[in-house]
Amino acid sequence: MEQFTPKLVGARVKRREDRRLLTGQGAYTDDHRPSGLLYAAFLRSPYAHARIVRLDPAAARSLAGVATVMTGEELARLVKPVRAGSNMRDYKTTSWPPLAVGKVRHVGEAVAVVVAESRYLAEDALEQIDVDYEPLPTVADAQAASEPQAALLHEEVGTNVLLTRQFAQGEVDAAIAGAEVRVRERFRFHRHAAICMENRGCLAEYHAGTGALTLRSATQCPGLLRDVLADLLDLPEHCVRVVAADVGGGFGAKSSLYPEELTLCAITRLLARPVKWISDRREDLLTSTQAWDEVVEAELALRADGTIVGLRAEVTTDIGAYSIYPWTATVEPVQTISFLPGPYRVPHYRGRTRGVATCKAPLGPYRGVGRPITTFVMEGLMDRAARRLGMDPVELRLRNYIREEEFPYKTPSGIVWDQASLTACMHKAREALDYEATRQWQRQAREEGRWVGIGFATYIELTGVGSAIPVSPGMPISTGTEAAFIRVDPSGTVTAAFSVAPQGQGHETALAQVVADALGVSFQDVRVICGDTAVAPHGTGTYASRSAVLAGGAAILAGRALREKTLQIAGHLLETNPADLDIQDGRIFVRGKLERGIPFREIARAAYGGLRRLPKDMEPGLEVTRFYDPYYGTASSATHVAVVEVDRETYEVKIHRYVVVEDCGRIINPLIVEGQVRGGVAQGIGAALYEEVVYDEEGQLLTGTLMDYLVPTAAELIPIEVHHLETPSPTTLGGFRGMGEGGTIGAPAAIANAVSDALSPLGIEITELPITPERLFRLMRGTNELS
Amino acid sequence: MSEQRQLRLVVNGEVRTGQVEPRKLLVDFLREDLGLTGTHVGCEHGICGACTILVNGEAARSCLMLAVQADGAELLTVEGLAREGRLHPLQDAFWEHHGLQCGFCTPGMLIAAYDLLQTNPTPTEEEIRAGLSAVLCRCTGYHGIVRAVQAAAECLRGGEE
Repeated sequence: MEQFTPKLVGARVKRREDRRLLTGQGAYTDDHRPSGLLYAAFLRSPYAHARIVRLDPAAARSLAGVATVMTGEELARLVKPVRAGSNMRDYKTTSWPPLAVGKVRHVGEAVAVVVAESRYLAEDALEQIDVDYEPLPTVADAQAASEPQAALLHEEVGTNVLLTRQFAQGEVDAAIAGAEVRVRERFRFHRHAAICMENRGCLAEYHAGTGALTLRSATQCPGLLRDVLADLLDLPEHCVRVVAADVGGGFGAKSSLYPEELTLCAITRLLARPVKWISDRREDLLTSTQAWDEVVEAELALRADGTIVGLRAEVTTDIGAYSIYPWTATVEPVQTISFLPGPYRVPHYRGRTRGVATCKAPLGPYRGVGRPITTFVMEGLMDRAARRLGMDPVELRLRNYIREEEFPYKTPSGIVWDQASLTACMHKAREALDYEATRQWQRQAREEGRWVGIGFATYIELTGVGSAIPVSPGMPISTGTEAAFIRVDPSGTVTAAFSVAPQGQGHETALAQVVADALGVSFQDVRVICGDTAVAPHGTGTYASRSAVLAGGAAILAGRALREKTLQIAGHLLETNPADLDIQDGRIFVRGKLERGIPFREIARAAYGGLRRLPKDMEPGLEVTRFYDPYYGTASSATHVAVVEVDRETYEVKIHRYVVVEDCGRIINPLIVEGQVRGGVAQGIGAALYEEVVYDEEGQLLTGTLMDYLVPTAAELIPIEVHHLETPSPTTLGGFRGMGEGGTIGAPAAIANAVSDALSPLGIEITELPITPERLFRLMRGTNELS
Repeated sequence: MSEQRQLRLVVNGEVRTGQVEPRKLLVDFLREDLGLTGTHVGCEHGICGACTILVNGEAARSCLMLAVQADGAELLTVEGLAREGRLHPLQDAFWEHHGLQCGFCTPGMLIAAYDLLQTNPTPTEEEIRAGLSAVLCRCTGYHGIVRAVQAAAECLRGGEE
């Protein structure tokens, strides 16, 4: 294969998105105000589980300024319910009507919608809707939900356990029974919220004359939404356009289909007026997909020399009230058992998981999916084993990493790691930290009575997944391809359109770097358009650390095709063999004779100038669409190190240093990569120390404001040190590996291990995140510290 | 609903007028009535800081003020930071140091930083972190933001000399 020789790829190019965002000229969903705009507000259930006995919208309908009020029954006549299917054997498909029909299954579920001339009027009208609820027993958590006598959320499937799955390799029970060292623990990862600074929202417009429906949405997946909306609304797909212009954060929580999107599309068709809904923060906290909420009981067995012999785990995931489309409720629980062995050679393995429905907001994908908890569990077990064995935790890891010569490596769940820099990342992390000096500092600090600790976490992450593996288990739609459409205008400027849709990842810059290199033109001459299905070729969106790999790969293919045609036209005009030509910075020239050349814009003009200037039989025009499928996908890896101190008075955890050494393959733009790593780490630190979604026993959300759900501020965080290894992926075009999620994967484990290390003289080990001062206080009560 | 109130104020140096219901939030007035959509709504309960603007020279959350309370006031929003097509040094520094990703918190963050440097032209890193802690960013981990404010402070000091 021809060599990809990067010039702009790898450069620290300032983002071209930034000028508009810095000057208040961004185009977020709420910034659009088409004429005739109506505003929607949703009436939401105050009960976690209740039958809707009566719902009377008459008074609300009669208010001045109210265009319509719609109930679940009425809406059900206009749209099909969402049914997130999976081919996975032990998975039960359930329905999710966009507005509740008959009963509600979590607090905040929408039961009716008001559409009015202003949001203020719409909210006034909500107060006039009369609803009688008959409360049903609340199914408060996964344990209660799995009891035989538990009330059922979805009666039609006869159980709250919506899925079970197992991965196994070897003879794990025998291996563990015969092992010299066993460590066993019950780990608890609480519920987490993405907290995008932009709340969810959408704006639907129907043009009655043409039958065209346009949905602007704060979504990560415009392509995916377009496909499913056409299906559920029974519209020809070519009449549906989904646009995600500027989107204020996503992190997975904006990657699923939401009831409000469906509702607004149905209503705009009915009224033939544009309708907008922007969630307020409380709605966002009540209804956006949440993350994790898992209990993992795991046991790791090793030989006396520290070699892992076996691992087994039982996972229970609280999936909330509904299975989300398209990922389904399998996405978190199954990925957890799929990725648990992590970067280690685990000859005997068994992971069993189940996903249980409860009266909470639906669980969905969140940055890292499955891996933040598997890393927390596996790395926590490794540190426990190291303490038990009296081994250094770094040495124990180095002994067990998958070795360089073992790649490609097939895991017990069947995933193939193409290559990863596990040992190299750890060596560099140890050096960046100055491990020996830091341990020395720790010994001294301990002598002074301080609680200081060092925590390591290594992960390997499947990224850029192609068509061989569904991103979510058994998912019936393919997410294994993306495409690039590139058009060279007659003036020589270039437009490249993609279905990937960023929410801050800087695709407009990074993909322009890739296109410019592949085609041979200057960065300034390439404009990238993302997130508009009307201009993009078919694809799904931005999620699962895939955009650099899939869209980047498609950009290379399309850019190369255009480059080839450009050289053919240039060869014709220069009367030279195209094989002797090269393109650089928008100029085509004869290799070795720089002065004999022609500007790229001349070729562009010739391409559209009729056959007189083109080689005989060549099709006019200079545009192309190319699809790319990396098939298996590739792997990114990193080692994170946290150095922390627990305050002896307040039990507050203070981070002294945080070091990341990562390998995401060939880096397109280091500025963007480092930003993604640091932002991911910040979310992981939030998960480790502050953030927790709390429901009470009645299923009421206790963290319904940002005063209760604590996101780290600038004052809690420190500068994150980032180092790169740059090993091009052997399996992807361009050598890129995806990396958007990684920071969040490593941080909870590194922080937890550092706190456990700090408190190891007291015999305290962290099993539950977040590590709030209150949790530490409770743990300390079991020690002499407080007696 | 209720009677409209007449409003006259100065926004980014320009006199603007409007008619609003007394209950209308200042941020909704800016966005809907004046078309200044640069100021963002992130929580409507005064925590996230995305809607931060300057009111009579001091940082305020426009989601916690009614439009009528701003009658006669002088406001600065993100749209007023750049002058004659030239970015403010803070905007330049945020760009240079990757102080933004999704950009949603950025308008509030820029105004909060502007307010900080106005009252403390030589902040330490700790003072910057404390000063910006009233605006939440979920993308950057604040790293680039803090570096940007340090750089802008230096640039602004240089400009005065």
